[in-house]
Formats: sequence, structure tokens, C-alpha cells
Amino acid sequence: MCGIAGVIHRDGATNVGREMTAMLRSLRHRGPDSTGFAVYGVSTPDEYVMRLKLAEREDLDKDHHIRKKIRDRQAEVDVLLAELGAETLEVTEPTAYARRYRLRYPGDTRRLATDIEQIEGAEVLSFGSALELIKDLGDATDVSAQYGLGTFRGTHAIGHTRMATESDVDIRSAHPYWAYPYNDISVVHNGQITNYWIMRREMERLGHRFMSNCDSELLAVYTANNLEQGATLEDSLRASIKEIDGVFTYVVATENELGMAKDTMAAKPMVLYESDNLVALASEEVAIRTLLPHEIDTSDPYDEEVRVWQR
Amino acid sequence: MAEVARGELSAQELLSHEMGMHTEQLGGRSRQAFFDIDLEEPHHGFSLPNAFDVDYNKRAEIDAAELSPNAVNLRIRQLMKDGYGTIVIKNPGAKHSIAVGILNRLNLIIEGSLGYFGLGLIDGPNVRISGRVGWSCAENMMSGTILIEKNAGSQFGAALRGGDLVCKGDVGSRTGIDMKGGSIIVGGDTGAFTGFMMQRGRMVICGNAGKNLGDSMYDGTIYIGGEPQSLGVDAVWAEMTELDRQWLTRKLRMYDIAPKGGIDAFRKIVAGKQLWNYDNLEPTEKKLVL
Repeated sequence: MCGIAGVIHRDGATNVGREMTAMLRSLRHRGPDSTGFAVYGVSTPDEYVMRLKLAEREDLDKDHHIRKKIRDRQAEVDVLLAELGAETLEVTEPTAYARRYRLRYPGDTRRLATDIEQIEGAEVLSFGSALELIKDLGDATDVSAQYGLGTFRGTHAIGHTRMATESDVDIRSAHPYWAYPYNDISVVHNGQITNYWIMRREMERLGHRFMSNCDSELLAVYTANNLEQGATLEDSLRASIKEIDGVFTYVVATENELGMAKDTMAAKPMVLYESDNLVALASEEVAIRTLLPHEIDTSDPYDEEVRVWQR
Repeated sequence: MAEVARGELSAQELLSHEMGMHTEQLGGRSRQAFFDIDLEEPHHGFSLPNAFDVDYNKRAEIDAAELSPNAVNLRIRQLMKDGYGTIVIKNPGAKHSIAVGILNRLNLIIEGSLGYFGLGLIDGPNVRISGRVGWSCAENMMSGTILIEKNAGSQFGAALRGGDLVCKGDVGSRTGIDMKGGSIIVGGDTGAFTGFMMQRGRMVICGNAGKNLGDSMYDGTIYIGGEPQSLGVDAVWAEMTELDRQWLTRKLRMYDIAPKGGIDAFRKIVAGKQLWNYDNLEPTEKKLVL
């Protein structure tokens, strides 16, 4: 089933970490397997935030040597960053296997992300000047507390509660997906993509990489490919309705935009609230009500509907 | 089944036939309510087995803000058992499955919005909702009236059996899917696949409709004041009669809905009945039998 949500403020930064936590907590019944957040903070010129994981959570139980392996992998990351000329401003460890790097880097960020992923066991979850992508097993309350999201300030965010149907219950298959290797683009999805393997092979032939067998990852890679070809976010969303088969509603965020698309059958729900200062959307209105508990006017986007909002 | 000879029909039944409501006798239970353009909606004395005897003048309020849907529904039941005929639900907060399974006459006033599956399986109540409703509102409703002031989600009135289900705003996709009776009235637009596999009843759409309106409908009637994006398979245009216009006038007046183009803008859609295989053998089965 899965639950998806998005929020964008048009009047400046606010506590979007706490807001998205509340929205996803109310959607827990749509998917208790994992929870993910893509939150967009206030960017600083030439500074980037990289979120990466150095192991799967289940490795902690299975592999007696995993803690040493994680230390070694982090050391390799640090050496590589130094070799590439990146200045590490801050490193935090929200969990035993996840790291948050704040960097100053004047070079090619795509190359940096690609090189880091050459390190065995390392996966870059997100890279960008505004985006921070956090996902883990458990519900919104647990994941938010674990990663200290309750105080995160930003302009917009998207989130996902996952009920695993197409792939495993692990962090790799959790949403959101970063549109690797493009800065600040993330995707959450509710539905099933039926031409996944055809489209995946097409993307792989174009040189894109997939880290999971989750059909939702295709949407992130597909979006990245379209943006690379020069399409706008709206163009990409519209094209997806024609080119991707299945039932889906998905939400994409970039540094300055939030967009959504609904498939031709309109089989996956989305409720939308819009005002001058705030746009909130979610699989169920109860999620929007966590931000706006008073009576509000909401609507359901129709089939093949595409919407994009600027912050 | 053979059609009933027209000579055996009463005047009211003849009207019903002229409106295309009895072109075929289908199996199963059905109820036909007749009307007169000049009369107010008749009050049906309603008494299901085990229904509570309620007094409309006894009024109670439920504040749903801190209650689970289950607790709200149990509270409604207890109030009906205690004879309350008018119940106001405050702060429903778009919670799911509120006010389901009410098999009783009741004035139910919901001050706010409902989530998914609200008012499912009801038989008898008159409901007024000041907000919106989510997906699958009034699924399998048997009788009564529901009037929604704002928008509604998809699968609105799915498998509706009877009663009037009215939304003054816009409605999502698959409105009235598999409906088997009653009336659905939409004051605004409706989404794709509205009236999909409709079997009986009437639907009124004052605005526009999405693609495949009336797709695979078996029977029933759809009136539309705006434009459908496309008609579905086996849905065909039919001629509006004076009776159709009278019925529309009366129904829309009852619910205080004024369509943009007036009654004259409405057109009628019915089943082409080219896809029918009710009571018939499939071609391959015919071969086997013959």
C-alpha cells in the first residue's frame, strides 16, 4: 500500500523535519516496514551535505566484524575525500552504520559520489546543497528520533512509509530515492511499476546504476535521466505517465520545487491542500490534518494530473 | 426473461418504462420509488428488524477529536439505542470509517470532513456533511440521503444500492462504480471511469467527466450537464425526455444545486447493451449446448 507525503512552504524555512515526522506518523498504517524522509534545508554556497550508509542494519546482527568494517570503510571515505580535495567540515554518526558529512568541495560532485560508491559497502543516500535523505527500518517516530529530525529547519520535504510488496525489507529498498548522481533530487512513490525491468534495462544501457531491486528506484533514475537531457521537472513528470506502466502516484522534490504525478488509472490516492504559503499533499487527509487541524478545503488530483510548485 | 406486457402496467409503471428503467428484468431484489413532480419527497416510515426507535427531537453531540473511529461508531450506536434521533459529530478530523453500518433512521450531522470509507453500508440515515469525504464514501449504501458540501474522493458511492448520495463539489475517479440502484448527484466535475460497470440507478453530473464515462455499464442512466472527456465502451447517448427533465429539476431543487447551463444543458447516457451476456450463454458455451 505505502503512504507518501510532501510539504512545501513558500514563505521561508520552518521546522519541516517535525512536520514530516507528524505526517508520516499518521500514515503508519499504510506501511510499517520502513520510513524515509527527504528534507530540504537552507543551503550555503559551496557547501554540500552527503548522507551515506556504510552497512545495512541487519549486518549488525549477522556479521561479528561489521563494526571494524564500518570503521575501515569510513576511513577509506575520509582518505578519498581528502584526495579529491574536499574539505570535511563536520561528520556526525546518527547510527552505527549511517554518516552525515558536511563538505566544502569545488569539484565535480557527480564524480565524488561515484568514487565513494566504489568503496565496498558504501552507498551514498543523498548529495546536495539542500537535500538530506534519511531512511531506515521502523516507524516515523523511531527514525526521526534516531536521526534527530525533530529540529530540522527547511522549506520543503517529502516522505514515505513503506509496505514492502516488490522487494525486501531493508534500507536499500526504502524510499525516498535520490536521483543519483544529481544533487538535491529525491522521489517517493506509491504503487507498482509493471514495465520495471524493460525500463531498467533501458536506463542501464544509458549508463545509469541501480542499487536495489525496488521498482520505485526506477522513478528516481528515470527523473535523473530526463533532467540530464534538459527536461524540466514538469516535462519529466508528464512523460512518465506515457512511458511508465502500472499504477502509481509519486512525488518528486528538487532544491526549489515539489512535483507530483498520478497515473492514467488514478488508482493510488493523493489528497492535496493548497494555500498561498503552504502546499501539503499526502496519501490520506489525516496526514495533512497533522499540520492543519482546523477545517480545510482539499481535493483529489485526477488521473494523469501533474502538478509542480515552487518554494 | 420476457418483458412484462405494457397493458399490464399501471400508469406509474408506464412512466418508469418510458424513462428506460425497466427495459429488462434482472434477477435479484430491487425497489422502485415513484414520484410526482409537484410533491415533496415522501417520508418512508423506516423500520428494519432490530432498528432502534429514535426521536428526531432528541439531539446529542459527539466530539470525535480524541476518539478512535471505532469509539465514535460505538458512541453513535449507543445514542441511537438511547433514542437519540439527531446526532452531531464534531471534529471528525478526516478520520477513516466514521459512521459505518448504521441501519437506522437518523439525522446525522457531521461538522467537518471524513477520511476513507465513511458512511459505508448504511441503510436509512439522513446525513449532512459540511466538509469533504475521502475515498469510498457510502460504499454499498442501501437507503437514506447523504449531502456533502465540499469535494469527495474516488470510488464515491461504489456499489450503491439505494438512496441519494449528493456531493456539491468535485468527485474523484470511478464514481458509482458497480452501482446497483439509488442516485448519485455531483454538483461539480467527476473523474475517469465514472459509472464503470454501473448496473442500475441514476447518476447526475452537473460539470464535466473524465475519460471512459459509463464504461461497460449494464444498465442505469447517466445525466451530464458538461462534457465527458470520452465515453466508455458500450455507453451511448440517448434522447432526453420531458420526464428526464422533470426528474432532474426536482432532484436538483431538493438539494439546492443550480447547474451552470440549467436543466436544458443535460444530456443522457445509457448502456448500448452490446456487451451484455446476462442470462445468456457465452458463444463457446452455446456451441457446447447445441
